[in-house]
Amino acid sequence: MGKTIKLKKGYNINLVGEASLVVGSADAPKTYAIKPTDFKGLTPKLKVEVGSEVKAGTPLFFIKEMPEIMITSPVSGEVIEINRGAKRVILDIKVLADSKMAFEQFTSGNPDGMDAAGVKQTLLNSGAWATIKQRPFGKIANPEESPKNIFISGFDSAPLAPDYGFILKDRMEHFQWGINALKKLTAGSIFLSLPTGVNSPLTSTKNVEVVNVSGPHPAGNVGVQIHHIAPLGKGDIVWAVNPEDVANIGKLFKDGTYDAIHTVALCGSEVNEGARKYYTLKKGACIDTLVSNNLSEVNSRIISGNVLTGTKVEQNGYLGFYDRQITVIPEGNDPEFIGWLVPSYARPSISKTFLSFLTPNKKYKVNTNMHGEERAFVVTGEYEKVLPMDIYPQHLFKAILANDIEAMESLGLLEIDEEDIALCEFVCTSKMPLQQIVREGLDLIEKEG
Amino acid sequence: MKFLHKQLEKVKPNFEKGGKLYFLHSTFDAIETFLFVPGETTHKGVHIRDGIDLKRTMFTVVIAMLPVMLFGMWNVGYQHYMATDPTVAPALMDCIGYGLLQVLPIVIVSYGVGLGIEFFFCQINGHKVNEGFLVTGLLIPLCLPPTIPLWMVAVGTAFAVIIGKEVFGGTGMNLLNPALTARVFLFFAYPAFMSGEYRADQEYVWFSANRADVADGFSGATMLSQASEGKELSFSAWDAFIGVIPGSIGETSTLACLIGALILIATGVGSWRIIASTFIGGAVMGWLLNVLGPIVAPDNAFMALPFYYHLIIGGFAFGAVYMATDPVSAAQTSKGKWVYGFLIGVLCVLIRVFNPAYPEGMMLAILFMNVMAPLVDYFVINANKKRRLARATV
Repeated sequence: MGKTIKLKKGYNINLVGEASLVVGSADAPKTYAIKPTDFKGLTPKLKVEVGSEVKAGTPLFFIKEMPEIMITSPVSGEVIEINRGAKRVILDIKVLADSKMAFEQFTSGNPDGMDAAGVKQTLLNSGAWATIKQRPFGKIANPEESPKNIFISGFDSAPLAPDYGFILKDRMEHFQWGINALKKLTAGSIFLSLPTGVNSPLTSTKNVEVVNVSGPHPAGNVGVQIHHIAPLGKGDIVWAVNPEDVANIGKLFKDGTYDAIHTVALCGSEVNEGARKYYTLKKGACIDTLVSNNLSEVNSRIISGNVLTGTKVEQNGYLGFYDRQITVIPEGNDPEFIGWLVPSYARPSISKTFLSFLTPNKKYKVNTNMHGEERAFVVTGEYEKVLPMDIYPQHLFKAILANDIEAMESLGLLEIDEEDIALCEFVCTSKMPLQQIVREGLDLIEKEG
Repeated sequence: MKFLHKQLEKVKPNFEKGGKLYFLHSTFDAIETFLFVPGETTHKGVHIRDGIDLKRTMFTVVIAMLPVMLFGMWNVGYQHYMATDPTVAPALMDCIGYGLLQVLPIVIVSYGVGLGIEFFFCQINGHKVNEGFLVTGLLIPLCLPPTIPLWMVAVGTAFAVIIGKEVFGGTGMNLLNPALTARVFLFFAYPAFMSGEYRADQEYVWFSANRADVADGFSGATMLSQASEGKELSFSAWDAFIGVIPGSIGETSTLACLIGALILIATGVGSWRIIASTFIGGAVMGWLLNVLGPIVAPDNAFMALPFYYHLIIGGFAFGAVYMATDPVSAAQTSKGKWVYGFLIGVLCVLIRVFNPAYPEGMMLAILFMNVMAPLVDYFVINANKKRRLARATV
């Protein structure tokens, strides 16, 4: 047994609509889209045009800032659309999938017998590299750097999040191969965090240091885990990879083909109960076959990801590059008569001004209403309750708003990412856009170097 | 309610840009959002939001002030009847009725003037009306003597809102507690109406009654001024705890303050750290003076006053529960809150005992610590930064 970390601070938002641990079947999506907007702070350079034929693993574009990094097609087929937005920014590249999948071949073999350069080359060529994220800044790792450690959070504590123990239970060999490949890339350790007291199949993984973590959300966030396992010092860089992406990397080395599998939990109160299951998709899959017949009639919001950090998508939208969850909740655009005083329906809150604190396990059907208007910072001490890190969030946010780079860094901005303070944003009495504030601060630090 | 909402929607265009009543848009917006939580949904960042907002938070504080307010009204009446005829116990409703007539005008003037100025500033700045004054507008009357002339309430409130808050940028930006800013302004501008036994016009300060009607031998002094002048106290500790003593409208009853504290702490709206540490600070300092008094200054009767008296007389409990806990002007870190509250308690007792010119030390202690709160936080935050740096070199 390795390290154990007990976290007390945080909050589990209990929502109606958990996906049951069953893999459901749905018609295979016809189109796939890779959205360069999923890669923060990086510029795409196209390698295909409309009409190009691609295989699964063929580069669609590379990253201008780090040209070795290819973003590849998840399926074989034809590029049918390249959509651009304001200032000709590329929004997405759509691929119409063939009925029979053809894969690009990459150098394969047991990573144990390969050197770091070989492992790196296969990851870069196949596009699997883009699944490795760097901290600080939360963007794709720079292949020229060597991380102090690599962190894999083996569980997700966000509302209605998928269960990686379930997703990976039959892919343990792939997962182990993936770990072995990543091991070549760091002189430090690979830390695998698992939830305390849950019997996860990942426990038996070798070549990693298992860390048991307990506590409410955001305990499953890799940023919080890094803070408690081996905190970032000045200039330190670590990498983080999603466990299913680790298995995909393992499969890449085993088979020589890159199959970007995303096992997705379809969840939320507006998904019909029978359809709340796991579905095996690929990166960038169109979700219409999944949601079209499975939603209630209510005006609802479809989110690629969870309710705290996900992205709003349309019914014929596409799964985000890093998302393994589709959440559907009702919109909340009805005005509520003196709702601030006498709420007309139950809603989750960390505030004890609501009687809901008496029933901590009650599950809520939440909507997207703001429940109030934006105000200046007034209340103090509420963010600290949901951020299990030795950081003073309110002072940090104020430092960012004041563009005080020195203060941002010394207050610990480089240790956090938007997802780590998403709960702060949820609980904020003044309804501040805190994730946006944090991202602006991180961008500013990066720019000013 | 649909009908009401439709009516609001119907008149709304008049208040929008270009409408006839655009100059009242902040006022309309404040009323509309008071009646209906807007149907606005999240559009960036988190998709769901906690049910709490500033309206609910501030309203919880108003609820927590109700025990103090109701008791204060009753006590204003009770003090009046006790002064005029101490032999007959006055009826409950008589006391409340008399108190209501005294207190309600003060509350109305405070809210009227304060909200008027707030709406005006929001209008010209294009801001949303902030809920902070819901609390301030009630705190101001509660910390004033019941005999305060209404024009003074208006002047004090205006000073608090403009100089205490708006010049700093409005709610959330102020350095000092706005309600105490009003009180301290009146205290120094019109001392004869805010302290002592009689006003300049020979009326009593702490209860309303014609001098001719007052029974012989009745003292109009508060326990604090009696203590600071070394006189014998005319009330027991129990009287002071319950609050049947002369004093500012809301400050007399420690019991009512504690009920309010219970509401604030149970709902998490008020910081229990600040409330607890303020009481601890006052008790420790009072106790220290009890111990040191006989050694260093055997003649000082105030030093010998049992320490718990400090917690139940004057505005100590009221200040600790309602004034010190204002999140904007208090320390913002958990550790800072302990230091901040403790020093308020200590300073309050020190000022009371060693500065006979200002028997009410609580107001000055809180205002002083309001100014010092950022410094307290600075040390806490710096320690955090140092921890982070030290970790990096390991």
